Amino acid sequence: MSLEAKHISFRYRKKGTVLEDISLTVEPGERVGLAGPSGRGKTTLCKLLAGYQRPAKGQVLLDGKPLGEYRGLCPVQMIWQHPETAVDPLLRLKDSVHEAGPVDQSLLDAFHIQPGWLERYPAELSGGELQRFCIARALAPGVKYLLCDEVTAMLDPITQAQIWNVLLEAAQARRLGLLIVSHDSALLERLCTRIQPL
Amino acid sequence: MEPVLEVKDLSISFTQYQGGTRCRVLPVIRRLSLTIEAGQVVAVVGSSGSGKSLLAHGILGILPYNSHMEGELRYRGEPLTPRRAERLRGREIVLVPQGVTYLDPLMKVGPQLRGGRRDVQAKRQSREVLARYGLGPETEERYPFELSGGMARRVLIATAAAQSPRLLIADEPTPGLDARAAGRILGHFQEIAQQGAGVLLITHDLELALTIAQKVAVFYAGETVEEAAAEDFAAGRLRHPYTNALWNALPQNGFTPIPGSQPWPGEEGSGCPFAPRCPRRSAACAGDIPWRIVNGGQVRCLYPEGGEKP
Repeated sequence: MSLEAKHISFRYRKKGTVLEDISLTVEPGERVGLAGPSGRGKTTLCKLLAGYQRPAKGQVLLDGKPLGEYRGLCPVQMIWQHPETAVDPLLRLKDSVHEAGPVDQSLLDAFHIQPGWLERYPAELSGGELQRFCIARALAPGVKYLLCDEVTAMLDPITQAQIWNVLLEAAQARRLGLLIVSHDSALLERLCTRIQPL
Repeated sequence: MEPVLEVKDLSISFTQYQGGTRCRVLPVIRRLSLTIEAGQVVAVVGSSGSGKSLLAHGILGILPYNSHMEGELRYRGEPLTPRRAERLRGREIVLVPQGVTYLDPLMKVGPQLRGGRRDVQAKRQSREVLARYGLGPETEERYPFELSGGMARRVLIATAAAQSPRLLIADEPTPGLDARAAGRILGHFQEIAQQGAGVLLITHDLELALTIAQKVAVFYAGETVEEAAAEDFAAGRLRHPYTNALWNALPQNGFTPIPGSQPWPGEEGSGCPFAPRCPRRSAACAGDIPWRIVNGGQVRCLYPEGGEKP
């Protein structure tokens, strides 16, 4: 079941057109890199593909069916650039991480999530630590595609390499399709099966 | 000429309450020393959670109420007291903050840049500074949520550069920017340094730091583990095992992570905080580790690379 964007266009009310007639396909097991200067609409494209926004024109299809027709947990999940904006600031992490259903202890271990972190609130963790929770949460069963929007842009190289090693392993084991947005061309070369400019 | 900023044996700790009444003191930065000369870009590189941002907040005097700072801070030859910091910050000492959440979500970009001034001159200046960072005049009318991640970051930098600072502290200024935009931003920091200001670049991005900094201080779990010249990296003259591990984890240099994670404040044992992950450790690493000079740089390690073997 492939994820397809078919001739989609999008505009914000004041900013004008952000995306015009964009088509993109991601197959299961594929890792597509998306490169382009900032302000070009990379994050917007991710939001459209994840169903957070609707395109003005065109369609987002999963397995040939519009994404909006799927019920329950969306099989396309987005991991955000700024994890501090993707978790409820008033929930302890042990509650946040299970928002999409129970998460395996083995997954938490693979991401080096320390037991003590679960008791903390988001403000008491660093960006890299929070991002591990966000990725673990997005790897819920039933998820087929992950849209990774600059997910390690704020992390040091060791943490970046650790997170991608685990994420790639999980993606390969489950034949997930990945869309990877990054400004770091060396990272895209390293991770992706193909790279598409936007 | 005296340095713009001198930091000597700086320690920052937090007081926390646990279970209601039990009080504990958490050290987050220990024995940090750093000097920034006018016209120099000095980078502090460390992973998230190593206490880098607190260094910036400590210099600016905006640490939270439950924190405690020790050591010596001197700005242009005179002690930087909290009162002096309050007078200078936002004028001579400016911060480019880390998060886009530092922008007021309910205020348009223009008024935020002008900081309350409404005259024609302020308006002209704010347009000029936006243009310098590749943002059009229409940006003034946007709210922060209408900006892309990269644009928001440029707005944060524009806000700081609008003040002609003598010391600019940039806390993670470029994540989420494409290489061209990041290069342009760094060029602006360099420009600000060339005009005689000191620039303190706080970042996790080693590559980025190496492109503009003359000196790099590597931070691990609240301690400076190494201070090296920028050219030491590519030349393979690194001293601390952690600095080496950072270098080898870059996507273009092997992408090999070392296991484990940096200890959280209060969890590190005595001695070297990197010892549990270090291939070169010995029993002596649990003791006091001196800050010493090795091959022209400084390192806090008993068995630095290029030195004697354990």
